[in-house]
Amino acid sequence: MPPIWILAAVLALGALGYALGRARAIASAAGDIRVLHSLPSYYGANAFLAATVPALLVMVAWLMIQPGVISGRVAAMLEAAPEAEALMLSDLRRLAQGLDRAVAAGDLSAAAARELDAETTDIRALLAAGGAALGTDVTPETLAGAQRYRTLTRSAGLAMGAVVISLSGLGLALALRLTHRDFRARNAVERAVLALLILASSIAVLTTVGIVLSMVAETLDFFNLYPWRNFFFGREWVPRFEGGSALGLLPLLWGTLYITFIALLVAVPVGLFAAIYMAEYAGPRFRSIAKPAIEVLAGIPTIVYGLFALVTLGPMLRDYFAAPLGLGTSAASVMTAGLVMGIMLIPFVSSLSDDIITAVPQALRDGSYGLGATQSETVRQVVLPAALPGIVGAILLAASRAIGETMIVVMGAGAAARLSLNPFEAMTTVTVKIVGQLTGDTDFSSPEALVAFALGLTLFTITLGLNILALYIVRRFREQYE
Amino acid sequence: MTPAKSLLAADPRTRARNRAEARFRALGLGAVLLGLGALVLLVGTILANGAGAFRQTYLTIPVTLDADRLDPAGTRDPADMAAVTTFGYAPLLAQALQQHLRQRGVAMEGIGPRDLMAIISQEAPAQIRAMVLQNPDLLDRTLELEMLAGGRIDGYFKGRVTLQSAERDANVSPAQLVLAQAMADAGMIETRFNWAFLTGSDASGQRPEAAGLGVAILGSLYMMLVVLVLALPIGVAAAVYLEEFAPKNRLTDVIEVNISNLAAVPSIVFGILGLAIFINFAGLPQSAPVVGGLVLTLMTLPTIIIATRAALRAVPPSIRAAALGLGASKMQSVFHHVLPLAAPGILTGTIIGLAQALGETAPLLLIGMVAFVRDFPAAPPEGLFDPASALPVQVYNWTQRADPAFVERAAGATLVLLGLLVTMNLIAVMLRRRFERRW
Repeated sequence: MPPIWILAAVLALGALGYALGRARAIASAAGDIRVLHSLPSYYGANAFLAATVPALLVMVAWLMIQPGVISGRVAAMLEAAPEAEALMLSDLRRLAQGLDRAVAAGDLSAAAARELDAETTDIRALLAAGGAALGTDVTPETLAGAQRYRTLTRSAGLAMGAVVISLSGLGLALALRLTHRDFRARNAVERAVLALLILASSIAVLTTVGIVLSMVAETLDFFNLYPWRNFFFGREWVPRFEGGSALGLLPLLWGTLYITFIALLVAVPVGLFAAIYMAEYAGPRFRSIAKPAIEVLAGIPTIVYGLFALVTLGPMLRDYFAAPLGLGTSAASVMTAGLVMGIMLIPFVSSLSDDIITAVPQALRDGSYGLGATQSETVRQVVLPAALPGIVGAILLAASRAIGETMIVVMGAGAAARLSLNPFEAMTTVTVKIVGQLTGDTDFSSPEALVAFALGLTLFTITLGLNILALYIVRRFREQYE
Repeated sequence: MTPAKSLLAADPRTRARNRAEARFRALGLGAVLLGLGALVLLVGTILANGAGAFRQTYLTIPVTLDADRLDPAGTRDPADMAAVTTFGYAPLLAQALQQHLRQRGVAMEGIGPRDLMAIISQEAPAQIRAMVLQNPDLLDRTLELEMLAGGRIDGYFKGRVTLQSAERDANVSPAQLVLAQAMADAGMIETRFNWAFLTGSDASGQRPEAAGLGVAILGSLYMMLVVLVLALPIGVAAAVYLEEFAPKNRLTDVIEVNISNLAAVPSIVFGILGLAIFINFAGLPQSAPVVGGLVLTLMTLPTIIIATRAALRAVPPSIRAAALGLGASKMQSVFHHVLPLAAPGILTGTIIGLAQALGETAPLLLIGMVAFVRDFPAAPPEGLFDPASALPVQVYNWTQRADPAFVERAAGATLVLLGLLVTMNLIAVMLRRRFERRW
């Protein structure tokens, strides 16, 4: 039974529950709703929630767990080596899906699909006609596995439908039984809603847990296959899919930090001066136009910056600087990516610094003017020192943004991992290699794919550390004037 | 004693200080103008590169659909006629073009039959084949057919290809361009607005002229649908709890710190999460809008939560006090009074969150949305599980192709993306202007 139908059935039961609960409550009060504990709609809502919430939670949990359990059962049947198992399972799943699709499209009858024989029919050709492309030929073993997979999936779907709908009916019956004029329906509904609210706010925590767990598990797998010393201190990055790769973090980290450095070299002075001008000099008219216009830069998707780097800035830098100076012939370079990223970061630095500079109390400025300082002297010697911790925080946030940025470096920095000082050479970053190692057909048991998770965890740790540091500095600063 | 000086004439030190002041001020203004200039340059180059994608060159010639060649079995049954591949249609078009050019007296110097064929897009035979298979009655008739011109010819009429550049180009010769110009003068070739760019599906690397954004726009739309359906209720619920109900304790502190940190996690990390959890663990299909939608939901949640909390905080406590005073429960005061008053702010935050999600590329690369997808996904909900592309990913995809004509397409797709983002942000600004209340 497709989940969508189960969902519809549960919702229908819920709607029925609402009507019945409400009617029953009114009936129990003999039509005089003043004697009810709660408003009639709360009795209805109570029945609705009882019929839908537990059932839907069970359904979501079931859908999450089911694929793993079925794969485990089928894998136990395959008796394959653990390394080949994942690959076989994905083949098998594709085959099962192809068969289902062929049945749905009417190319095969359900009975014929069950009685297929890998020895006599060319299943691959058969399914290809229906639009399902299989990577390998079908062996009797995978076919048997796929058939087992299909029966398990079908019976699991039926079981899920039965469990979920009966749970929904059970909840409905229970709620209706409780429905009486003295039942505190509003309190019950409010407790349930509060529980749902708490559940919703814990999703943020669950996401973080999910991020950490998914990366830690794979990273540990990676370190079982590849020594951690070579990863953290390796100075070469040469992945080879036939094995014997050198997967050193240092060249990637160097590229990342070099590009971040150039980006900050652009963004910090421009952003800071822009913030000072907007906060201290600009009139309200100019400010009301220029501030949002600069913030538009922060709203532009990074792919647009990437395109700009690839199509315009990269070739320009190569033709007018790198090639005449004999520094390089590559359009993708640290300089390209760094400059473009710097433009992207201007609003991050400027709007945060602007807020912080505006938050410096006017009394400090007035005192400085009173002593005869000019406006720029006041800014340099009074306002900036007072705002410094906040500005440092803003710069750290910008740096963290730069380190985690992906599309600009994918399109502007190149893919060659090298440790070099020449900014007109192509270098690569942690994020580029995560994309590189995980896109396309990857075998998730090889160190070449798993290294992406270790890179991801490194990236996550660095950016998280920078963010926490930045927020800490910004918060401490803010408290001073409040 | 220092000589007496006029108060009206500044001494050298004051002049130096005033100069420093002016310099400082000019630097500040320069920085602002630099930022604005970068914005103009960025949008300007994209506009210059991409405007051409919205115009397309078509040629119109009379073609006789010869039944002997297109339906050798003579049955007029589309199933039999499907045996004739596009290779059977191509020479037909070439002949028709040659014949028509001769009739109209257009000079064809230095043009062989092969060169002639290159004027027509490789996509054209496929389009005509599809048309004939759909309606076999067209056979043996002579029709004025409109078809796509080849990518280089298209580029010539948009100024991307010139006679000089054609000499160095293996795919086009100056003679072909001269012929194309002659055809345009004779009214056979015209360049006009390109609807197919917005509605068509992607095309292979040899046919940039036929590539369209339809699948990508639909995929992005599906993802936004998933994000809206999931992130709005969950985000609002989380924000209501944290702002209105949560007691001040360790747990809520952890949740709050968590949310502010999630907002700053690099987007690519969310892609890794999506790959590990939704695809490898839960077994959802690759390239599916539903997976992209889920990943983007997790990314958008912090934005919506933070915006909703700000909107709730802006509702004055007197509203809550009045509701409680009239006997409403805490829950009733929040859901009946505070939340409706905060709705415009929540909506604005949601639209801005959606706009961010719409432009996000990196996590989608990891969940397999880079795949080449030609077929439109079905209608939701099943279509959410079909492979699709997304607007920003399509831009990336096109920049990876060898033919430079795809740069124009990529920039054009970027313009569509930017247009959508501007629209969404304008709606958000208008909502804020229209409904914002200050107490």
